[in-house]
Formats: sequence, structure tokens, C-alpha cells
Amino acid sequence: MDLDARIPSAPIEFMWDTHKEHLRLVGPRNRPKYRILVVGSGLAGASAAASMAAMGYRVDCFCFQDSPRRAHSIAAQGGINAAKDYRNDGDSIYRLFYDTQKGGDYRSREANVWRLAELSTAIIDQAVAQGVPFAREYGGLLANRSFGGVLVERTFYCRGETGQQLLLGACSALAEQIHAGSVTMHTRSEMLDVVVIDGRARGIVVRDLLTGKLSSHAADAVVLATGGYSNVYYLSTNAKGCNVTATWRAHKRGAGFANPCFNQIHPTCIPVAGEHQSKLTLMSESLRNDGRIWVPRQASESRSVDEIPESDRYYYLEERYPRFGNLVPRDVASRNAKEVCDQGLGVGSSGLGVYLDFRDAISEYGHDAIGARYENLFEMYERITGESPWNAPMRIYPAPHYTMGGLWVDYDLMTTVPGLFAIGEANFSDHGANRLGASSMMQCLADGYFIVPLTIGDYLSRHPSGDVTTDHAAFSDSETEVRDRTERLLSIQGTQTVESLHRELGRLMWQDCGIARNADGLSRALDEIPKLRERFWNELRIVGSGETLNQSLEHAGRLADFLEFAELMCRDALVRDESCGCHFREEHQTSEGETLRNDRDFSHVSVWEHRGMDHDPKLHREALTFEALPLAQRNYKT
Amino acid sequence: MNFVLKIWRQEGTGSGGAFSHYEVRDVEPTVSFLEMLDTLNEELTESGQEPVAFDSDCREGICGMCSLVINGQPHGPIPGTTTCQLYMRHFSDGEEITIEPWRSSAFPVLRDLVVDRSAFDRVMQAGGYVTVHSGPKPEPNSIPIEPEVAEEALDAACCIGCGACVAACPNGAAMLYTSAKVSHLALLPQGQPERYARVTAMVEQMEEEGFGSCRNYAECEAACPKEISIKFIGRMNRDYLRAALREPINPRGKMESQ
Amino acid sequence: MSRLLSLYRSTLGKKAIVAVTGVAMLVFLVLHVIGNLKAFLPDPQLGVPDIDVYSRYLRSMGTPLLPHGAALWAIRIVMLVALALHVVCVVKLARINHAARPIRYHRRRFVEATTAARSMLVTGAILLAFLGFHLLQFTTGTIDSERFVEGAVYANLYRAFHEVSIFAIGYVLAMGILATHVYHGAWSLFQSLGYDRPDRNPGLRAFALLLALGLFVTFSSVPVAFFSGKMPVPPDSKRVAAVKGGG
Ligand SMILES: Cc1cc2nc3c(=O)[nH]c(=O)nc-3n(C[C@H](O)[C@H](O)[C@H](O)COP(=O)(O)OP(=O)(O)OC[C@H]3O[C@@H](n4cnc5c(N)ncnc54)[C@H](O)[C@@H]3O)c2cc1C
Ligand code: FES
Repeated sequence: MDLDARIPSAPIEFMWDTHKEHLRLVGPRNRPKYRILVVGSGLAGASAAASMAAMGYRVDCFCFQDSPRRAHSIAAQGGINAAKDYRNDGDSIYRLFYDTQKGGDYRSREANVWRLAELSTAIIDQAVAQGVPFAREYGGLLANRSFGGVLVERTFYCRGETGQQLLLGACSALAEQIHAGSVTMHTRSEMLDVVVIDGRARGIVVRDLLTGKLSSHAADAVVLATGGYSNVYYLSTNAKGCNVTATWRAHKRGAGFANPCFNQIHPTCIPVAGEHQSKLTLMSESLRNDGRIWVPRQASESRSVDEIPESDRYYYLEERYPRFGNLVPRDVASRNAKEVCDQGLGVGSSGLGVYLDFRDAISEYGHDAIGARYENLFEMYERITGESPWNAPMRIYPAPHYTMGGLWVDYDLMTTVPGLFAIGEANFSDHGANRLGASSMMQCLADGYFIVPLTIGDYLSRHPSGDVTTDHAAFSDSETEVRDRTERLLSIQGTQTVESLHRELGRLMWQDCGIARNADGLSRALDEIPKLRERFWNELRIVGSGETLNQSLEHAGRLADFLEFAELMCRDALVRDESCGCHFREEHQTSEGETLRNDRDFSHVSVWEHRGMDHDPKLHREALTFEALPLAQRNYKT
Repeated sequence: MNFVLKIWRQEGTGSGGAFSHYEVRDVEPTVSFLEMLDTLNEELTESGQEPVAFDSDCREGICGMCSLVINGQPHGPIPGTTTCQLYMRHFSDGEEITIEPWRSSAFPVLRDLVVDRSAFDRVMQAGGYVTVHSGPKPEPNSIPIEPEVAEEALDAACCIGCGACVAACPNGAAMLYTSAKVSHLALLPQGQPERYARVTAMVEQMEEEGFGSCRNYAECEAACPKEISIKFIGRMNRDYLRAALREPINPRGKMESQ
Repeated sequence: MSRLLSLYRSTLGKKAIVAVTGVAMLVFLVLHVIGNLKAFLPDPQLGVPDIDVYSRYLRSMGTPLLPHGAALWAIRIVMLVALALHVVCVVKLARINHAARPIRYHRRRFVEATTAARSMLVTGAILLAFLGFHLLQFTTGTIDSERFVEGAVYANLYRAFHEVSIFAIGYVLAMGILATHVYHGAWSLFQSLGYDRPDRNPGLRAFALLLALGLFVTFSSVPVAFFSGKMPVPPDSKRVAAVKGGG
């Protein structure tokens, strides 16, 4: 597996400009001859499809929802970072780069992170030009707020629905191109295979979710923008449909999978209420700006909240991290919550919850000021739990939220399969072992608006256009494989529902490959997952046919992939015998319970090569270098 | 809690449909409406019956995928709430709950409770954008926007495109949706150059899709999970009439032939 | 012209036409009721009721510039065209709306829609029928022709409402329907023309309510007054005939 990241040789500040200057171009007259498939219509996919179509390429875009605008990006709440330094508080490209590298615990590629920081400002300009109504100051200029883990205010936002507005912006650009005929949109279409011919990605096989019909699409390049795989845990903050299918099947066709075990558990989610819960709801991280997190000091606490005196309240983040307090990065906050709950201090009926208390903020700033900041979040909490945060502290608990791992890509965002690109959450590139708040949308849009439209031209210019059609045998072979698999799923006729098997996988992964991991648990999971997979293929029951809308069948196909992928995730977590960012191996911690990196042995990206389900995957390593920002132990204490 | 569900079942677009009755027992009040349906579907699957098809994705009230007319109200009885955010504690024990799909000829039923809302996308494609392509753009702070204006634009732009407004409207009109989309951009300086061409194109598309016309019942506003105000309808009417009566006909004619 | 045609083709344009013609008819109604109230005024010349004088004025309006009766006919034609457009557009819109929502919900709960709003088509149809009746009764005198004397407005009113109680009751009911129709229409037209705005809407709503109530009370007052028997008996019919001949 060729892991040359093709990082340009230039000082980091000039790398992207130099690279752009040397990229080969496709002339405007030739662009319509090239066909590009974009799978996914989230921030990454919609922005890429729209940008490339506007340049003149012929683009086909696919999503499994009924409209591109419903991609999961729509749910992002808090905001998007950009190093504009409007606040004059010392922000700069360097500082955004620094924060991202440090936040990611030095497990990302410097060159990519710098470029991300550099492009961040252009995203805001682009979005405003599209009509994204960002929050404004009284004077009419753009407003900012701060987000966990940083010391500057660089987050741009539209109330609590920034992702929605940014996605609507990107989708409006996409709509323009659909109208112009340069993008063909395929909704309710699920990509089930990548077709690789002579070592290059030449198309995909897609299932129409309404009719079950398979169709092949040939192209000159394929871009995957299919989001993250947090639903491997069954319960996560992601939408129900989020899945690993597209990236997993690409992986099986030769794309290296990088750092699959790096997934972020978000600290402020509403705790699980019962067995039939289908998803977890994120409460914006901004709540930590004013809410104080605590648990009772005594495990046996039986008094009601109001009766617990100050001295018996354990404000564990404030006590342990005086400088950042409740605003420590997500991984630190999540791990501490789990730890206090493991000690039996957790609150709520399940014991899996901690308080997020606004009592002091309300008495300090007044009801109105707090209401102005959090009214809609309070409402949302009350709507879900039936309890009002004005009267009693919120209860929160960490939940799987974001996956830093993904398909390995080089500086051009191309995977190890030539012609197959991966952008947005689907790739691994910029967030290392932990992502900072408000940075994902930034990455998705940098990838989609500004990077892939240029780098794809360099690839395309090296190849003749349109030289493969769907008549090629590889397409019919792939269709046959996909069809067989669907038929196999339908023919099992066992007793278990997809949901129940997915819940089982989720519990297992949460237990052994969740917030904290250890070798025993991971080894156990590696034993259990194949058994569960076995049961899946023997006991699953799907009613209905493959020729109509069949949501259980869709779900089963995705679960089948999760069941294969989960194993890789655990394997990666086991092999990465260090703690870093969100990957907390209990064997490796400081005396104070902080992550303990092992830079000597693990300053690399783990890239997995698939060698068939009967063989163990092969591990490759891309060594990481740290020149712009020397390695340092992360410290949020002082 | 126990409930009797009366659910619309329909094989496909052309085929007829009918109500089926189901009983669900021992439902926790903390369970959401869709989770209750999930449970029903698991039970149906276990007993070899086809599960009820319904749309959902984010399950937190933002993607606009979930629908359902519950006891005669789109998204159920709680104002400002999508079906996915509805909890069983909002219903009374033993109640019979009627569940129907969105009804509108522009939204044909695909299966059971799932409808085709692609008409909304085509309305957007007709003009719901500012024509800008990716690349360097002016510094945003060079065009200040009063916060009130930005907020009002966001009030319109926060539409989740679920279609409850159409479902609620006895006239099957999509005026709230279209007007929210039109107004979002019409309010902002970025939307001005294409303002009148946009409203004309989007309204024409809306009519072509077979949506009805507004009779000012305000049922749409009441059903909207984002509580978008019908004031945007008047705004759109104003812009549309202005475009029809005062703006040049085919303003781009000359440019297009260049 | 092509603009107006294209406006007519769109539903928003049709709504605007309904609104504008609605305004025209409202203006007419207000003028009409002002005229009706003259029934309460004392006779200006001996034996000639004020309202009859007014009716004569209407016919001679615009003379000598225009031929006798021309202005009145012009108004009639304008109103007829307005009414026709109003009805045609409403019927077309109703068809479109029905096609847009052919299937009803098995169960439906309305939240905002007022009964007035939901019954516009029904009230409109009743009003149309009522209008026909009204014209046949008081303009052409076709209905109840033995009581009718052309030009003797007061006497006609007296006979109709004092002597036939069903007419009085029917007219008051019809005015109730008119008020319901106006209550939604007079508010809704502002939206159709894009003049509504949240800060104006309470005012606009109040205006529509006042207009509807005002029309109801003033229009109904005439039949009620005659019905109650408090109104003076009309002057004898010979005089009436003389007035008629002179007019
Ligand atoms: C609740 C929540 C809040 C968040 N808040 C923030 C925030 O404040 N700031 C921030 O920066 N980030 C935030 N994030 C993270 C961020 O929203 C996501 O990482 C980002 O939107 C991912 O975008 P994407 O384009 O990569 O993928 P997605 O938006 O997930 O889109 C995936 C697309 O791929 C399609 N797809 C997937 N599989 C297939 C297939 N097999 N075939 C066809 N199509 C397929 C889907 O239909 C969809 O269109 C948040 C995430 C969550 C869950
Ligand atoms: S499922 Fe997304 S809004 Fe209800």
C-alpha cells in the first residue's frame, strides 16, 4: 500500500499556494468531458458537487435521504471556526493550527491542518456570499463566540442551527447546478460498491431504495463524502441513517482505512432513558460556558438536589483543571464523567449521568441573561426529558458523536485507490485523535469548496476522459455481488430483528471500545464480534421484499458492514498501545489519570489494508512529523 | 401505557390503502413517538408481518425527514414540535391514535406513511439560491447587516422542509415553505440582485408542482414545527406582485444571448 | 396587458384579483349602506322620502355631462365585472385547491383556521344567490311584483319588510353571512396584496372585524326597523306615482 502523502516541499505557510501553482489543470472546454460521482450531500458532498459542477465538470450526486438537504450535517448546532481574528484576541492561522494540532493530541498531519486553518476564513466569506444569516453584532458585523478547548473567540454561528444554515447554503449552490443541468441528483439512492478497474476507481453501484433496482454509474473519478460511523455504537448523536457502508465497501475494494479507533465521545448529551431509546441528543457544548458540572461527593447520596450543600457537591472538572474548568476539551470532559460514574457517583435512575447546573449562573447573571443565551437549549432539554433546567440541574452523559478515523487520504484528499477521493468526516485527515468543537464543518467545507475541486483536476488531467462505460464486466460483477448479498439477507428468515442485533453490537462496542479501553476488553470484543456477526447471518429476520421500500433491509445492509468494521475498530484500538486524545487506553495514563502518549512508537497514522474477511487486515504506518509545532504533552491543567 | 394505533397502510404509489389497527402495550412515557413505532415494527417483524414504513433520520427535529399526521394534526398535538420530538407522555393511556401520511397531490404516498417531497427541492432549484460560485469572495464585514435583519432572515431560513405546512393546509398550498425560502434571501443584501427573478421563478415552479393556493387559514403556521410566521407569505405576495407589475419582463434576455 | 394576463394565470395573481375586486365591492357596499340609512331621514319635500330623492339622484348622477342613468350604469357594469372576476377567480382557485388536496384526512383537527375562513366558498355562494334575489326584488321588482313600484324605494322597503316577515328575517340572516364573508375577506385581502405585517396585523384584523360588524348592523337596521313597525307608513301611492312620473 502506497502511503506517500504527497506533501509539497515548501515551508508550511506556503505549501498550499505552492501546491496550487503546480497542480495540473483541466481546461474549461475539457471539463464537461469528465464525469465525477459524488456520494453524499452533506457539507462536504454538497459543497464539492456544486463547486465542481460550477467549474464545468459533469457531476452526479447521491444520497440516501429523500433530499440532499437532509444529510446529517443539518444537525450540527454550535458553530464553525475561522481564524478571522475579528475579536482582536490574538487569533491567527498559526493559532488555529496550533489549537487543532494540540486538540488532536498530535496525531494529525501538520500540512493538512495548516491548510485547514488557512482556508477557514474563506469559508465564512463564501457562506456569507451565499446568504447564510450568521449572527451579527449591533453594528452589523459578524459575531463570534467561544467553544471548548480554546482561549480565543473564533466561532461563527446561526443560533443553535449553524449546520443547518451552512448546509442550506451549500445545497442552494447545489440546487443551482441541478437546475443548470450540470449536476444530476440521485436521492433515496444508496451506494453499495465502488468499482475499481485497472487499479483506478471507475464508478459505483447504487441501489434505489424505493424500487430495490441496482444501477451502475461509470465515471472518471469518485468522491466519497459519506460522513462518519458513530452509529457502530447503535446509540449516538448521529442521525439514524449514518453508516460506514460506503467507506467500508471502498475499503474492501482497496482503500486504506486510517485510525478507525479514533472516535469522539461528546460530553454533553442527554442520558439514556430506557431500553427502546433510538438515539442520543446532543446538548450544545456552549452550555459548558455557564453551567457547572458536578456530582454528589457521596456515592450513597439520597438527599434531593436542593438539599445537597455546597461542600457535598463535587465540581470535579473545576477541581481537577483549574485553568480550563468546565471548558476542558471534549475527551477530557467525557472521560471524567465516566470516571465519576464508575465510582458510583453518577446521578439519575441509571446512575449514568452528571449534573450540569445553572443555579449559580442564574443567580449571578439573572434569569434574563441566561435565558437569552440558552432559552432554546433549555426548551429542547425540557421537551425531551420533561424536566425544566430552570428548576433542577440538567443531567448529561457522554455519547458517541464524531469519528476522526476514516479513509486514508493524501494531501490531495485521494485515497489509496487512485481516482477515489474522500472528503469531510469520511476521511481521517485533520483532527488527529480528537476534534475540537466547531472544526468539523470547517473541514467539510474546506475540502468541498476549495480543496477537492482543484486537486481532482490534477488527477483527471493525467487520464483520458470517459474511456470506461458500465458495459465493462467489472460493473456487472459488482452488481451481482451486491444482489447476492441482498438476497442472502432476505433469505435468512431467522428470529432476530435488525434493531435488536444492532443494539447488541452497540452495547458491546460501548463497553469495550468506548470512552476508555483496555487490552482485555478489546480482546474480548475481538472474540465476540465474529460470533455476533455469525448470529446476524443466521438469526436475522427481515419481512418484506427487496423490490419495494424496505427500511429493515436497508438497515440490515448497514449493520452487516458495521459488524465487519467493528472488528477493525477494536483491532486498531488494541494495536495502538498508547493513550492519545479520545483513545484512552487505561494501561497508559498519568498518575492523575490523564492520557499518556507514546510518541516514540505511535507518532503515526495506522492505515489498514483489507485482505478478505478470512485474513487479518494488514497494518501500514504513515509516520507523522512535527516541524511547525514540536510535540508536547497536552496539558489543560495549568 | 397502552395504545390502539390506527395506521394507514399502502403498498405503493398507485395502489389503494386502508387503515390497520394495532395494539401496543406497556409503553414507557419516556419513549418517543417514533420509538414507539420502532417497537411496533419489531413486534410486527417478529410475527412475520411487514413493518410500517415511515421516514425519519436525525430524530432531533432538524432534518425534516419525519412526518405523520397524528390524530388529525401534522407532527401531532404539541406546537413547535416535530414527530420525532414527540413523547408518549403527551398522550393519554388507552387512547386510540390515528396515524396518516401527509395528504397532498404534490406529495404522493410512496408506501404506508412515506411520501415523496421532491417537489420542494424543485421549487428550490427553480431559484432558491444566490448565484455565486466557490472562490474568493468579498470580506463579509464590508457589508454590514443589521442584526434584526439577519435574525428575521434566519427566522425564515430555519425551515426544515418537512412539508407539515402543506399537510396542514386544506388547500394543499406550499405558500409557507416557498415564502420562507423566498424571504430568507429577499431580506439579505446578498439576495437583492436576483430578488424578483427568484420570486417569480419559485412561485411558477410551486404552481407547476400542483400545490394549491393560500386562503389565509394560518393552519400552516400552527403546524410548522419551527413556528415560521405566515407574515412571510404576505412578503412573498408583495414581491411577486411587484415583480409581475413593475419589474422589467425577462431582465436577463439580453445577457443570455451574449 | 400581457402582464395582467400572466398575473391572471398564476394563483398569486388570481388571489390579487380576488382581493382588488373584493375591495371594489366593499367600497360599493359601504356606499350602498350609506344610501340605505337615508330610509331613516325625514321627508325633505312633503311626501317624498329622502331615500327616494337619493335614488333619483343616483339615476341623474353625472347629468348633464352624461346621459341620464349613464353613471349609474357605469357603476353597475364595473361592479358586475368585479363580481364576475371575483367569482371566476375564486372558482378557479377552488378547483386548483381541490386538485391539490383531493384526499381528506380521516381525522382532522383545525388549530388556527376560523369558521369564517373555512366557509368562504359557502358564504360566497349564498351571497351570490342572495344578490340575485335582492336584484330581482328591489331593482327589477320581479319578485313580489304586485307590491313593487319602481322608484318608490321607501314604499317598497316598507311593504317588503313590514308586511312580509320572512323577508326581514331572510335579509338579516343574509347580512350575517355577508359579515362572516367580509370578516375573513377584508383581512385576507391585505395578505393577498402583501400589505400585512405582524405589527399591522392586529390593526388589520380589527379593521376587518369593525367593517364586518358595521356592515351587519347598518344593513340589518333597515329591515329590522321596518319589521318592528316603528317606521312611518309611506306616503300614498298616487304621490309616489307622481314622483315617479317626474323622475
Ligand atoms: C448533533 C451534532 C452536532 C454537531 N455540531 C457541530 C458543530 O457545532 N460544529 C462542527 O464543526 N461540527 C459539528 N458536528 C459534526 C459535523 O456536523 C459533521 O461531522 C459533519 O457535518 C459531517 O459532514 P459530512 O458532509 O462529512 O457528512 P454528512 O453530513 O454525514 O453527510 C453524509 C452524506 O452521505 C450520504 N451517504 C452516506 N452513506 C451513503 C451511501 N452508502 N450511499 C449514498 N449516500 C450515502 C448521506 O445521504 C449524506 O448525504 C456535529 C455533529 C452532530 C452529530
Ligand atoms: S427525524 Fe429529523 S426532523 Fe424528525
